[in-house]
Amino acid sequence: METTQKYHAIKVDTDKCIGCVHCMKSCPTEAIRIENGVATIRDCRCVDCGNCLRACPVNAFYVEQDSFEQLKKFKYRVVLFPSVMVGQIPEIYSENQIYKALLDLGFTHIFEVEQPIQWLVESIRNEVRKSSNKPLISSFCPAIVRLIQIKYPALTENIVPLKAPHDLAAHFAINMLARKGIQRDEIGIFYVSPCSAKMAAVKRPLGEKVSIVDGLINMNELYNQIMRIIPLVEETDTSHLRENLSSDGILWCLPRGEARKFKRRSMAIDGIHNVVKFLERLENEEVPELDFLELKSCDQGCAGGILLTGNRFLTVERLQKRAKMYVLGFKVNTDRLIKKAVQQKLVAEPIHPKQVFRLDEDRLKALTKLRKIDKILCQLPGIDCGGCGAPNCHALAEDMVQGNAKMTDCIFLQKRYLRDGKLTLTKVFKNLDSTWGKNRIEADCTRKGGRNEGF
Amino acid sequence: MALKLDFDIVGGDFNLAGKASSKIKKKLIQLSIDSKFIKRIVVATYEAELNVVAHAYSGVLTACFEPDYITVLVVDKGPGIEDIEQAMKEGFSTASKRVREMGFGAGMGLPNINKNVDELKIESKLGVGTSLFFKILY
Repeated sequence: METTQKYHAIKVDTDKCIGCVHCMKSCPTEAIRIENGVATIRDCRCVDCGNCLRACPVNAFYVEQDSFEQLKKFKYRVVLFPSVMVGQIPEIYSENQIYKALLDLGFTHIFEVEQPIQWLVESIRNEVRKSSNKPLISSFCPAIVRLIQIKYPALTENIVPLKAPHDLAAHFAINMLARKGIQRDEIGIFYVSPCSAKMAAVKRPLGEKVSIVDGLINMNELYNQIMRIIPLVEETDTSHLRENLSSDGILWCLPRGEARKFKRRSMAIDGIHNVVKFLERLENEEVPELDFLELKSCDQGCAGGILLTGNRFLTVERLQKRAKMYVLGFKVNTDRLIKKAVQQKLVAEPIHPKQVFRLDEDRLKALTKLRKIDKILCQLPGIDCGGCGAPNCHALAEDMVQGNAKMTDCIFLQKRYLRDGKLTLTKVFKNLDSTWGKNRIEADCTRKGGRNEGF
Repeated sequence: MALKLDFDIVGGDFNLAGKASSKIKKKLIQLSIDSKFIKRIVVATYEAELNVVAHAYSGVLTACFEPDYITVLVVDKGPGIEDIEQAMKEGFSTASKRVREMGFGAGMGLPNINKNVDELKIESKLGVGTSLFFKILY
């Protein structure tokens, strides 16, 4: 699959969007603005964490995926899915039933992503040993990696220079199939993503020209497909397809799943707002000496992924039970050559900071803008209502110095200017229209927001 | 030309320590200062904040963003430092038992600031307070 630099997994359905402030307020990087009555995402700031999707009361955000039709193009069709997918399916369905459904959907080979996780653990341990930038921060969650790139530039060198588990799994699958004499071009690798961030990481990988994955499937879509055809009784034994799975692998995507392999000199944080608070402390050097830091954008790790259907706590519960049925460590039945080949593929390009919050390339101009923002803030009410279409007064001031907004966008300043005779009512309504769309404040139950859908 | 920002620091209130350094960091990112300087500035500012919280009654931190450097001045009302030379030594601390129990007061504050700045001035008057000034070039 060709990769692209500007891809984002999350899109806004402008027909559904009612233009409220819920998404804009929940965005950890202030990437959303309301324009013409709908949410717009600033690509350079978006880290694909999916908080907007969670916050949206009308389901206006969606995650693009590839069509199932693509399956037909390949002789061998590999489904790569993270173990968390099994966790969300009700326990009345056994692993055999789930695997059977996947085979019935047209896949010829099934690989759970975390099968060779021990190889990744070994590689990370090596990096920990070598690195002078402690703590090393896991590169598992792409939303976190991108967050650090834009908000915590000083910490980019702490990110483990290894690729994510889906790369590991794809190389593993290709090598395992090669052993059976199957060529790469006969194989279609379909990755089932639990979230928008991993979706974007596949389409727009950090430090790779071409993604190893041939197709992307939303986990919630696959969930529906599985539930449509899942056999009601166990009929086939598929356990040989899971012979390389370990309990470490099953737990990897949950909180402490990675950190537990690094014992006491490690910590695990889940939830992007918790991560933000923790990274602030880390930059202050307030955190005890650690070797390894596991950071996951979603509460309860991937069990809380935005493309999961099941409840995150029930998912964790099932995964923990499932893990107990598998061996603790590792037992991949392959030769050492495959291990070496796969581990070599895991090495990633170094990750560099991205200056998306930079006010100007020229530092003098940037400083002038910074002073201007400070002055503008004295004019604004500091209510952070979002009525201007920006998430808070500070963001509006920033937009103003960048030429993307004006004083009269503030709905409170509009009143002051009206009182002082500096603005006409016609102009006020024109401004409201340009942010919130035409006739947004007319008495009409059928217009957008007319039923307070956002509440 | 410079941007001047003031932050009040309340002595004894550890909850608020780190506010100033976080806000200063945001500005540095907007100025696209290289991350290795941001790191030094943030650490030095945080330690300076923490000194006021741990030892003084109150203080004001003033950060001045210049085109090529930043200066930070922290003026506090507090007991003052008896022997500045000694306070600059790693491991020397006059922090109370309570402060130490909270995990602070290891005697690394001033040495850590010293390590990260390009210019450092400390003046102190016993029973009145301390003023700490540093400059970091970027």
